[in-house]
Amino acid sequence: MGAHHHGPAKGLSRWLFTTNHKDIGTMYLWFSFSMFILGGAFAMITRAELFQPGMQLINPAFFNQMTTLHGLIMVFGAIMPSFVGLANWMIPMMIGAPDMALPRMNNWSFWILPPAFLILASTLFMEGGAPNFGWTFYAPLSTTYAPPSVTYFIFSIHVLGLSSIMGSINIIATVMNMRAPGMTYMKMPLFVWTWLITAFLLVAVMPVLAGAVTMMLMDIHFGTSFFSAAGGGDPVLFQHIFWFFGHPEVYIIILPAFGVVSQIIPAFARKPLFGYDSMVYATAAIAFLSFVVWAHHMYTVGMPVAGELFFMYATMLIAVPTGVKVFNWVTTMWRGSMTFETPMLFCIGFLVLFTIGGFTGLMLSIAPADFQYHDSYFVVAHFHYVMVAGAVFSMSAAVYYWLPKWCGRMYNEAMGKTHFWISFVGFNIAFFPQHFVGLAGMPRRIPDYALQFADFNMISSIGAFIYGASQILFLYNVVATIVAGKPTSDAKTWEGAEGLEWTVATPAPYHTFETPPQVR
Amino acid sequence: MLLKANRLRELVLGPVLMLLSLASAGAAAAGDKVNESWQVNMQPGATEIGQSIYDLHMLIFWICVVIGALVFGVMFYSIFYHRKSRGVTPSTFHESTKAEIAWTVVPFLILIGMAVPATSTLLEIYDFDDADMDVLVTGYQWKWKYEYLNENGENVAFFSNLRTPQGEIYNATDKGEHYLLEVDEPMVIPVDTKVRFLVTANDVIHSFWVPELAVKKDAIPGFINETWTKANVEGIYRGQCAELCGKEHGFMPIVVNVVSKEEYAGWLETKKVEAAEIRGLMAQTFTMDELMTRGKSVYERNCLACHGANGEGGVGTAIAGSTVAMGEVAGHLEIGINGVPGSAMQAFGGQINDVEMAAVITYQRNAFGNNMGDMIQPIDVYNHKKG
Repeated sequence: MGAHHHGPAKGLSRWLFTTNHKDIGTMYLWFSFSMFILGGAFAMITRAELFQPGMQLINPAFFNQMTTLHGLIMVFGAIMPSFVGLANWMIPMMIGAPDMALPRMNNWSFWILPPAFLILASTLFMEGGAPNFGWTFYAPLSTTYAPPSVTYFIFSIHVLGLSSIMGSINIIATVMNMRAPGMTYMKMPLFVWTWLITAFLLVAVMPVLAGAVTMMLMDIHFGTSFFSAAGGGDPVLFQHIFWFFGHPEVYIIILPAFGVVSQIIPAFARKPLFGYDSMVYATAAIAFLSFVVWAHHMYTVGMPVAGELFFMYATMLIAVPTGVKVFNWVTTMWRGSMTFETPMLFCIGFLVLFTIGGFTGLMLSIAPADFQYHDSYFVVAHFHYVMVAGAVFSMSAAVYYWLPKWCGRMYNEAMGKTHFWISFVGFNIAFFPQHFVGLAGMPRRIPDYALQFADFNMISSIGAFIYGASQILFLYNVVATIVAGKPTSDAKTWEGAEGLEWTVATPAPYHTFETPPQVR
Repeated sequence: MLLKANRLRELVLGPVLMLLSLASAGAAAAGDKVNESWQVNMQPGATEIGQSIYDLHMLIFWICVVIGALVFGVMFYSIFYHRKSRGVTPSTFHESTKAEIAWTVVPFLILIGMAVPATSTLLEIYDFDDADMDVLVTGYQWKWKYEYLNENGENVAFFSNLRTPQGEIYNATDKGEHYLLEVDEPMVIPVDTKVRFLVTANDVIHSFWVPELAVKKDAIPGFINETWTKANVEGIYRGQCAELCGKEHGFMPIVVNVVSKEEYAGWLETKKVEAAEIRGLMAQTFTMDELMTRGKSVYERNCLACHGANGEGGVGTAIAGSTVAMGEVAGHLEIGINGVPGSAMQAFGGQINDVEMAAVITYQRNAFGNNMGDMIQPIDVYNHKKG
């Protein structure tokens, strides 16, 4: 290392002007965690209102703002940026690259995010209130009937879409051009593979979302009628466009999670991942299918029966590659030599709960049955099983798994396990009963409900509070580790961990792989 | 509805309860029962389609249970026996083309097994032909309008509003048995009759959902969707709007009263007579008291949600002390009848009749301390509409 190698700059300018993938990754992770807390706080408010029948704490108008912002912030502010942060930190280290391919753009794609969410959050204080039409913002509720703040919402969607597209271009460029010598595509760690495919999905569908919100903007301010039947448009067109973005979007969220789990389970089973090739093909198959299933979110809009059948069959097919993944993970564990540190616990939690979410997904794919499930709490339960237990659990696993490498300190294992168990129990108390009330006929997005749903809703709220509280423990554990965790300098934190990121020093130096490693 | 200690037992037994109720479900629902608070599963309801959907739901459910038991069984066996603390040395196998093919093909075959009954049920649902009668269902923010279409053009139409008083919602009084699932005027349809619903909306997208009649269809402004039901058991069936439609989305229930064919014919006759009576009232002149009494009830059904119980405003502007209610009568009538385009204030001219309009305008001008002292008669409304 020559004297020209500089460390990080000092003070605020380090973070503002940084082009270092680790710094940017760190900022993404902290930003997404703060959004996770904010979106979680909104969820706590709705669950508090739903604790008992009757309106107690907030009014229905504010309730709608809370559910809307909860969804938007969790999807776009918490989950997506958290995986981008993870990609920033890990992809260069996993493929033996010194940094991301486009470091300045990397800085820009992060720094436009906080203003975007500041704008979105500021709508809460505007005349007419924040967006109140659900995170799916169906027209014409989000156009003709929307509060004035919808324009700010549209702007913030544009900005965060821009951020996602730039982030994805960066990941694609990095993975395609900066792999260490000998690192062929089929030798890449699975996390890199799933992110490469995710990045392609993002580049393909974020412009579609931008198109949808631009059409809304035109309808609201410039007299067009894309989504208004009175002017010759079609409100259902909005849903087709939205879900053409929206279904790939849910895989954008879950594919990197698959990648994380595929890294961690082999490490703690001390056994290579079973069926690496089939994992790659399954991921690609899921990504492809995600483009041809969007209308399963719209079974009740009055599609012709041929359309219903096509989307039903295509959706059912997704169960095949997803099943392959689950079977491969279980087989990876089979006859391994397992230990159950916190990252592994979260991965097993992921596996169990994601599989349950997959089953309910299969049920929802059945169009005639979906006429009863659609827009009920059964759907709410389903997507929280895949989003929270899928994305958030795997993200927690990733943080515990790589935190020692990031900061050179070991987290408190007992506290980590406690975080897992409280999360796991709280999550299930919160969301399992939602299957019941959904099947019994409770619609989603209602601020108040009939008395027959009261008991399960109370249980659900208690579970949500427990789950929410467990995240405070997570925050405490992470901060305590960074500040005063037990120092560790083992390059390889975990006995069974494999991959280039475990060959660099711990904590990872500011610059890694300035000379590319040779991969055999 | 507080969680009681003796209920904790049931709470713990939640999943078990679900299985038990799955086993015992199957009997068709009848009468106006209050659904049990621990209901954990879909109900087959009162139609053949509902029964098919329920059977399909249970089929997929049990297939998932079996697959889940196998996968989790293997996984937990592995978790218990293949752990380092038991001194196991890890194997190194990491691929098997045969296994991959097997667990691609087998699930595919299972899916085909699911697709067959699903397709046939879907085709049944999409069979809209040979309906015995048509009801046009229109979603409004936040109420439903039911219009019984008649070949002679003598349509019977009425709005169906939430009947639960604000006091129950805001916890001033105890909540009734059918809290939030009760309306001022339910839809009435005959038993054993194929009723086709033509579903549309006036403003935003709503969704017409009655679980026990196995009906859910989005109500989309500018488009008409079809769906149908054929109830084989008389009774009162309750549902709700299922698509987020704004502030009062949780407060626009659907109640369908399935009665015998004779009772239905009688009901329809009464509705026609009522319509004639209202036509008679149009010509009448009312006293201030009559207008205020009628006006109050019209206000509570149509205006209160947005303008507040005391005219204090909310989503809508305040009526107490407003320039409209205390200004020219013509201007006030204009807003009541034609609404305010581009805002949430709807055109009520087509939703309430002239008597109701006269009464509610009079009420708004004299209640909440407005005390204008003027009266509006049905004829004034009629004249205003004519221009």
